[in-house]
Amino acid sequence: MDALDISRWQFGITTVYHFIFVPLTIGLAPLIAVMQTVWVVTGNDQWYRLTKFFGKLFLINFALGVATGIVQEFQFGMNWSEYSRFVGDVFGAPLALEGLVAFFLESTFLGLWIFGWGRLPKLVHLATIWLVAIGVNASAYFIIAANSFMQHPVGARFNPETGRAELTSIWELLTNNTALAAFPHAVAGAFLTAGTFVAGVAGWWMVRGLKHEDGDGARMFRPVARLAMGVIIVSGAALVYTGDVQGKLMFEQQPMKMASAESLCHSATDPDFSVLTVGTHNNCDSVVHLIEVPGVLSFLAKGQFTGVDLKGVVDLQEEYVEKYGPGDYRPNLFVTYWAFRMMITLAAGSALLALAGLWVTRGGRVPHQRWFGWLSLAAIPTPFLANSAGWVFTEMGRQPWVVAPNPTGVDQIRLTVSQGVSDHPASTVVISLVVFTLVYAGLALVWFNLIRRYVVAGPLEHDTHPHAHDDDDSDAPKQLSFAY
Amino acid sequence: MELAQVWFVLVGVLFTGYFVLEGFDFGVGMLFPVLGRTDKRRRVLLNTIGPVWDGNEVWLLTAGGALFAAFPDWYATMFSGFYLPLLLVLIALIVRVVAIEWRGKIDDARWRSRCDAAIMVGSWVPAVLWGVAFANLVRGVAINGDRQVTSNLFDMLNPYALVGGVTTALVFALHGAVFIALKTSGEVRDDAVLLAQRLALPAVGIAGAFVVWTQFEYGKAWTWLAVAAAAGALIGVATLTRAGREGWAFVLTTVAVISTVVLLFGSLYPNLMPSTTDAAYNLTIQNSSSSDYTLKVMTWAAAFMTPVVVMYQAWTYWVFRKRISTDHIPPSIGLAPERTQ
Repeated sequence: MDALDISRWQFGITTVYHFIFVPLTIGLAPLIAVMQTVWVVTGNDQWYRLTKFFGKLFLINFALGVATGIVQEFQFGMNWSEYSRFVGDVFGAPLALEGLVAFFLESTFLGLWIFGWGRLPKLVHLATIWLVAIGVNASAYFIIAANSFMQHPVGARFNPETGRAELTSIWELLTNNTALAAFPHAVAGAFLTAGTFVAGVAGWWMVRGLKHEDGDGARMFRPVARLAMGVIIVSGAALVYTGDVQGKLMFEQQPMKMASAESLCHSATDPDFSVLTVGTHNNCDSVVHLIEVPGVLSFLAKGQFTGVDLKGVVDLQEEYVEKYGPGDYRPNLFVTYWAFRMMITLAAGSALLALAGLWVTRGGRVPHQRWFGWLSLAAIPTPFLANSAGWVFTEMGRQPWVVAPNPTGVDQIRLTVSQGVSDHPASTVVISLVVFTLVYAGLALVWFNLIRRYVVAGPLEHDTHPHAHDDDDSDAPKQLSFAY
Repeated sequence: MELAQVWFVLVGVLFTGYFVLEGFDFGVGMLFPVLGRTDKRRRVLLNTIGPVWDGNEVWLLTAGGALFAAFPDWYATMFSGFYLPLLLVLIALIVRVVAIEWRGKIDDARWRSRCDAAIMVGSWVPAVLWGVAFANLVRGVAINGDRQVTSNLFDMLNPYALVGGVTTALVFALHGAVFIALKTSGEVRDDAVLLAQRLALPAVGIAGAFVVWTQFEYGKAWTWLAVAAAAGALIGVATLTRAGREGWAFVLTTVAVISTVVLLFGSLYPNLMPSTTDAAYNLTIQNSSSSDYTLKVMTWAAAFMTPVVVMYQAWTYWVFRKRISTDHIPPSIGLAPERTQ
C-alpha cells in the first residue's frame, strides 16, 4: 500500500471511530436537558435520578467524542495537505466557525453543568445543559456544511493565479442544499441513536427491575422509555423524509454515487429498484440482479414512478473520461451498494424497539417480558451501525473525488483524493495509522466496559436526592457536590 | 493594517489564550507526582482545573481552525511537516482527556494510578513539544519550492529547539504551581508555594536564556520589550510567591507566557514559516493567506464571538473561584472494581 491508501484507511478509521460517539452526544444532550427540565418544572425527584443516571453515561461518552475529535482538526493538514491548500480558503471558514461558535459553548457550559450541581441556581444550571445541547448541534451544522462543500462545492470561485478555490459567499456555503439536507438527516440519525440508547437502557431496566427490586426502580424508567420511543418515531420519520430529499439531490448532483448505490450499470428509462444484487469482482460485468422492484428507483430519483431516465455507472464513467480526462471515476460498487442497504435496514432495530415498547408499556403497564428485555439490548447497537454505514456510503460514494465536481458549478473546483494527499513516505503514515488504531481500540474497550458497568449499576444511591443550593461564598470546608 | 496582518495577530492571540490557559492545566498534570502524594491530594489538584480544562483546550482547536481558514498554506505545511511531533501531542491529548474524565469512574487504586500516569504523560509531552515546535517555527526548517518541509525529526531536535522545549515545560510547571497555590488551601497550597519558589529560579535561568537567544538570533528592536516583560515577570514571581501573594504571582506567570508568545510571533513576522533552504521559499503573511473575502468574513465572526467567549469563560472562572482543599473532596463515588479472578 502507498501513502494514499494508508491515508484513506486512516481517515476512514478515525472518522468512523469519532462518529461512533458523536451521534450519542448530539442526541443525548437535548434528551438529558429535557429530563432535567421536567425535574425542574415538576419537582419530581425521579426525573432528577434519571438526569443523573443518563448524565453519567453522557459524560463517559462525551470524553471519547472530544478526544477523537481533536485528531480530526489536524488530520487535514497532516495527511491531506494538498487538499488543505486547495480548499483551505473555503473549507477553513466553517471549521474555524465551529470552534468559535460551538466548541467553546459546549465545552465551557458542560464544565459548568458537571460541577454546577448545588453551586448554580437551579434555572441557571438548567440553562447550562441546554446551551451544551445547542452547542453540540451547532457544531454538527458547521462540520456538515464543510463536508457538503466537498460533495457539492458552492459559494466559491477558482483562482487560476493561485490554483485554488476561493470563497465568494459564506451564505451560499452555509445554505448549500446538500448541507441543508445532510444536517437534518445526520441530526435525526443522532436523535434516533440517543432515543434507542435511552429506550433500550430503560426498557432493559423495566424488565430487570421488576425481578430484582420492589418495582419502584422499574416504574421510574417507564416515562423516560416512552419519551425516548416517541423520539425514535419522530426522528425515524424525519430520517425517511430527509433521506429521500438527500437521495433526490444525489441523483442530480452526484449521479455516480447513486448509480453505484443501486448497482445500476447501464443507463435506462425507469430501471428497477434493486433489492438484492450479487457481483463477484466488484465490477459491472459480474453484477447479477436477483430481486428487483419496478418503479421505486424512479420515485427515489425524481418523485415520479415512470418516465425517468437514469444514468448507469458504465455510461457515467465514459462521460467523465471525456470531461475530466482518463481515469477511473467509479467508487467501490460493493461497499456503496451494501453500505446503503445496511444504513436503511438497520434502522429497523430502532423502529422495532419503539413499536414493541409502546405496546408493552400501554395503559400504565410496566413490562416484565424477558424477550422485551433482550430486544431492548439488541436494538442499542443498530443505530450506531446505521450511522457508520450511512457515512461510509456518503464518503466512499464520492470516490475518487475529495472535492466532487458540481455539475452546475465551477468546473475547476474539483480534486481527486490522489491529488489531495500529503507527500509522505508510506512508513510515516503507517506509524500514525497503527498508533491511532491501537489507542482507539483500547479506549473503545474501556468505553464499552464503563458504559456497560454504569448501565448495569443503574441509578445510584448517592443520586437519590438533589443537592441543596449553596450560596455560601466563604472558604469554609464543605464538600463539593461533584469532584473528579 | 491589512487583514492578513490582523489574522496573524489573531492566530497569535488564540495561541496565547491556549498557552496561558492550558499552560496551568499542563502544569497541574505535570506536578501530580510532586504535589499529589495521596489520592485526596491528587483529586484536589485535578479539581482546581476540573470545570475549565475542556474549555481551555478548545483554544487549540480554534487556533487550528483559524490557521486553516486564514493561512491554509501555513496549516498545510506546518502540520504535514511537523508530522511526528504533532502525532505525539495528539496521542498525549487524547489519553489526557479520557483519563481526566474517567479517573473517578472506578473506585480502584490500580485504575486510578493508570489514569494518573496518563494525565501526567498527557501533560508533559505537549508541554515540552509545543516549545520544540514553536522554536523550530521561529528558527526555520528546510522547506522546498513545493512548500514541503524536508527536515526530519532529528533536524528538529537542535539545541535551540530543545532549550525551547525545556523552557515551555518549566514555565508551564511554574504557572501550574502558582495556579495551584492560588486555587487551594491547606497543605496543598503550602507545598505549591514552596515548589513555585523552587521552580522560579531555574525558570528564570532557562527561560531567560531562551528568550535572550531568541531575541539576539531572530528578534526585532521592539521585541526587546517582550524579552524585558518575560524576564521581569519571572523574577517577580520568585519574590511574590515568597511573600504569599499568589494572585499577583499568577498575573506575572501569565505575563511571562504572553510575552514569550509575543516574542516568538514578533520574531516570526512577517514570515509564517521561514525556510532554511532559501529565503525565496519562506511562507509569509503575504504569500500564504486566504483571499480578502474569507479574511473579512472571519474577522466579523471573530469580532463578534471572541468577546462573548471570553466573557462566559471568565464567568466560569468566577463561579468556581473558591479555593479547595482536601476537606472539600467528597468520598469517591466510582463503581467498585470488577474482579474477574
